[in-house]
Amino acid sequence: MVIGVLALQGGFSEHIQMLRGLGAAAREIRQPADWAAGGLDGLVIPGGESTVMGKLLVELELMEPIRAAIAAGLPVFGTCAGLILLARFLGLGAGVRRNAYGRQLGSFATEADFAGRGAIPMVFIRAPYIESTSQGVEVLSVVDGHIVAARQKNILATSFHPELTGSPVVHEYFLDMVAA
Amino acid sequence: MDQNRYELNKNLAQMLKGGVIMDVSNPEQAAIAEAAGACAVMALERIPADIRAAGGVSRMSDPAMIRGIQRAVSIPVMAKVRIGHFVEAQILEAIEIDYIDESEVLSPADDVYHIDKTAFKVPFVCGARDLGEALRRIAEGASMIRTKGEPGTGDIIQAVRHMRKIMGEIRALAAKAEDELFEAAKQLGVGHELVRQVASQGRLPVVNFAAGGVATPADAALMMQLGAEGVFVGSGIFKSGHPAKRAAAIVKAVTNYNDAQMIADLSEDLGEAMVGINEDEIKLLMAERGQ
Repeated sequence: MVIGVLALQGGFSEHIQMLRGLGAAAREIRQPADWAAGGLDGLVIPGGESTVMGKLLVELELMEPIRAAIAAGLPVFGTCAGLILLARFLGLGAGVRRNAYGRQLGSFATEADFAGRGAIPMVFIRAPYIESTSQGVEVLSVVDGHIVAARQKNILATSFHPELTGSPVVHEYFLDMVAA
Repeated sequence: MDQNRYELNKNLAQMLKGGVIMDVSNPEQAAIAEAAGACAVMALERIPADIRAAGGVSRMSDPAMIRGIQRAVSIPVMAKVRIGHFVEAQILEAIEIDYIDESEVLSPADDVYHIDKTAFKVPFVCGARDLGEALRRIAEGASMIRTKGEPGTGDIIQAVRHMRKIMGEIRALAAKAEDELFEAAKQLGVGHELVRQVASQGRLPVVNFAAGGVATPADAALMMQLGAEGVFVGSGIFKSGHPAKRAAAIVKAVTNYNDAQMIADLSEDLGEAMVGINEDEIKLLMAERGQ
């Protein structure tokens, strides 16, 4: 199983480490040639700054091919900024509020249930949350009344950072999606 | 500061990796930086080249100016305080800055003590010229490190020297036997536990950026190839001919720092780079401040 990890900016190396720890192969995607090499069973869009990644996706001509691949069913998992990009440009039917918890002093860690798989540690860094969902979007986690994880068919998104906690539950869920 | 908060602060730095943090002096520049792909901005009234030219005492920026920049952009906003000036830091925490840079670019307020950064909830980034400095700042509570470089010169030599020194010292530490680490800790002037951690992981326990003298896409890529996890650009952007274009080119060069073909394309027609001054032409070495 080969998972591409978008490596334009942000916390991509943490995802790669987590995926490799779970026995998947992980490959950095930095430019069209990396994408064109093909052979990917899934894609991770990491946390970072969504403005930076959004701009680079367009200018490096990765946005369209990634959008097309997701529309064609490629499993994709976005965290934090990745959630924002999925909702704004890549087909996730969700309204997202950016910097929903304010500045860095509003960043926090908590524990909550994920997809009925039990309570897991969740780290929110200047995080967004989901304000509204379209039909076909399944809510997987709620913290303080706000949606922080959701799935729409082949698209998985969390506003928190499972790659920073050492808990593999969300990545396992994603790899299950890829394997299905 | 509890351990949980410190982890969250280290985590924010992790999300800045692979990015470019740009010095900006007003909301207009901040907007240009954000549009060009900056992952954060550093708000300061005068960029280092102008601080150097003006001379005199250089202090924390006007909070009104910083708030203006906070309103202008959605990315994290950082600001500088003088080394040891914990009240300037309290002020920046009060206006909810995202990261404080305890910076040698400003005039030091204390020639012995750095700020006890563990007393704050907001994160700190500090400059370092070598591993000992980096680890002493981390022991004081810094959750991100950058090279000092020589600010406001447009000369990359010091950032290169500091990055090579830090990375080389980490490699040397990783090669040491367990019983040699006690002496290493003594030489570095830091606690044994921190030294053990660096030796076993082969890296700093926090994110490490390059700063000081970055003026071109090639400079930025050079620092990334030397092991930086991201880049601060101070005077290099808004002291150049076409700030927006140069800023965007540096952002792309940091993402694809190993692709010489792409960096060649990015380096074309950027207009005039900041003129800069060579290290040996200047009297004031800011990097010497705060050790």
